[in-house]
Order: sequence, then structure tokens, then C-alpha cells
Amino acid sequence: MTRIIVITSGKGGVGKTTTSAAFAMGLALEGYKTAVIDFDVGLRNLDLVMGCERRVVYDFVNVINKEARLNQALIRDKRTENLYILPASQTKDKEALTMEGVEAVLGELADTFDYIVCDSPAGIEHGAFMAMYFADEAIVVTNPEISSVRDSDRILGLLASKTKRAAENRSPIKEHLLLTRYSPDRVMKGEMLSVKDIQEILSIPLLGVIPESEAVLTASNQGVPVIANRNSDAGLAYQDCVARFLGEEIEMRFIDPKKKGLLSKFFGSN
Amino acid sequence: MGLFDYFHANRRSAEVAKERLSILIARDQIQRNQPSFLPQLQDELLEVIKKYVDIDQDDISITLDREDDCEILELNIALPEKPRQRQPS
Ligand SMILES: Nc1ncnc2c1ncn2[C@@H]1O[C@H](COP(=O)(O)OP(=O)(O)OP(=O)(O)O)[C@@H](O)[C@H]1O
Ligand SMILES: [Mg+2]
Repeated sequence: MTRIIVITSGKGGVGKTTTSAAFAMGLALEGYKTAVIDFDVGLRNLDLVMGCERRVVYDFVNVINKEARLNQALIRDKRTENLYILPASQTKDKEALTMEGVEAVLGELADTFDYIVCDSPAGIEHGAFMAMYFADEAIVVTNPEISSVRDSDRILGLLASKTKRAAENRSPIKEHLLLTRYSPDRVMKGEMLSVKDIQEILSIPLLGVIPESEAVLTASNQGVPVIANRNSDAGLAYQDCVARFLGEEIEMRFIDPKKKGLLSKFFGSN
Repeated sequence: MGLFDYFHANRRSAEVAKERLSILIARDQIQRNQPSFLPQLQDELLEVIKKYVDIDQDDISITLDREDDCEILELNIALPEKPRQRQPS
């Protein structure tokens, strides 16, 4: 059975595209045939993060408008077997993603793919709605910051009411909380909401915590999803998330401040 | 809580954020579950009650709760302690 996963957040710039790229590559590396779709019509970015921007010929909207076949638009990742990217179009017409069109493309992908990862645009408008409508699971990307948490809560409300599963009275979308850009040091100093605070407020299961990391910018500069960097904290944290998503039990890492010297060890312990 | 925390000037900003968020989200959730006619119902009720008792917008609240199959419409009217005289102008 194909599973459709939406990566969503409400708030912009919290790490959806970074997460979509990492997650899709992680699933492919585990041997699952995975497609990652950019729903951010007009502001396509996923191809850049995946490093395939120069190979884009046709896009999602071309396929919906029947100007290209799906397999003409799908870009095969050069580094990873099993991984395909469907880029967003640069058209300004956001309504280009029709419900029937999106459903048809997802249906065709479902014939051959194990996972379909949908990178949602920010906001709660048409594009975000299309990205979540057909989902089986949702990864709600949240930053430890007041407006991001609030928007995540709103998105959770929409996931529970405005999706196909809700409309058909089927079992609800499975929700996962992914905290990103987390700074344990700042949490310890009381400057940032903690994992526990946010989990208490949103009360959905925690998939993982991705630390604020320089490796993310380096990875996007190079067009390589950060999960491919096995020497980075963010890369390892994403790997853990994928493994947890696939059912493994793995302890949370990178949620405590790095131990520095004797002094901070002495004063910093809770 | 570590000793370190007491020395840090910003210690409380995360606590403040958490408190604000909890209130905000509770309110969002109430609003989200409301059918769209509730604000209008509230206005009209207010008009009727005003004919008899001197209350204003803040003294009346109306919410709809769902418990299993049952919907509970809750109307809260805070009556003035003693009937208000006309306000001195
Ligand atoms: N864990 C992290 N550490 C540091 N920087 C990060 C992290 N995650 C994301 N970023 C940075 O934050 C910025 C936004 O990330 P990204 O594009 O993935 O967000 P988005 O939610 O897809 O944004 P949009 O809403 O515009 O689509 C990027 O510059 C990215 O490099
Ligand atoms: Mg994005």
C-alpha cells in the first residue's frame, strides 16, 4: 500500500522543504521507492535543495494539464536509487493544482511507489490544502517559537477536518510532530520553548527533534539533502526520524546542550 | 532546575511564551469549533437581554461544546451585581 505523507506547518520558512528532501531521501535509502512532490507552485525550491534544478523540463502542472506524461516530468535522483522528484511549476496561477488533477497524479504514482512525500507551501491557502488533502500521514514541522506553534495547531485542526480522510469518515490522518531549528543551549537558558513545552501544547506524538545546524545551509548550498551528511547533527537527527517513522525505537538525540567543560557540566545539570 | 538558571536574566522568556501560547491555543480551538452563526446569535441575544438588564458585550459569552454525540450550547451572562443606574455622563 502506498502511503502519502504531507510535510506541512502553516508558518513559512520553518524547514518543510529541508525536511521533505531529507525524509524522501531517507526513505529511499531504506529501500522504499519514493517520490517527493513540490506543491509550492510559483516558488519552487525543492529541486534546488535536491540539486536537480538543471534537469527540470516538465513539472507538476504540465502533468496535470496533460502537457507531459508523469514519467517525463519525474526526475530520478542521481545519487539514490528509488528516489524521484516531481518539481513544482513556476506559473503564477496557484489554482493550476486542481483537486482532480492532483488526485490523478497521486493515483498514478501509487501504482509503483511505496511513499509519496508532499512538500507543502506555507499558509493555509489552496496549495497547502491540496498538499494535505489526500494524505495518510502528516509531519507537522514546528520551530520552537510562539507563532510557529500556533500555526501548527491550526494546521492540526485542518488536517482533522478538511481532508479526504475526514470527508470520508475514515480513520484520521496520522500526525507526527517534528521540531526543527532547536537550540538546546537556549532552551536550557530559558530563552526557547522546550520539546516538552511544545509537546504539551500540541499533544501529538513526537517524531523527532532537528537541531539548529550549520550543516543545513551547507547542504542546501551544495544541493544535497542534509540527511546524506552522516557527520552532521542534523543529518543524523533526520536519519533517526526516518527510522522512527518506519517503526524503530530510537532515543532522542541532540536535545541536551553539548557538554563543554567542567564548569558548564557543574552548573548546567538539571 | 540548575543553579545556572537563577543567574540568567532571560530565564523567564520561554515560560512567558508557553503561558501565552496555552491561552492563545485554547481560544483558537474554541473558535475553530464554533459554527459560523454563533457570533450573530450572541449579538441578537445581547440585544434582547439589554432591553431588560444593563449588560454589554463583555458580559455575555456563548460557546458550543461537543461531547461524543451530544452538542452543548453554553450561554454565560454575567449580570451586574445590582441593577445599574444610568451611568453618570
Ligand atoms: N535545522 C536547521 N538548522 C539551520 N537552518 C535550517 C534548519 N532547517 C531549515 N533551515 C533553514 O531555514 C530556511 C528555511 O528552510 P526551508 O526552505 O526548508 O523552509 P520551508 O518551511 O520549506 O519554507 P517555505 O515556507 O518558504 O516553503 C532555509 O534557509 C534553511 O536552510
Ligand atoms: Mg518550502
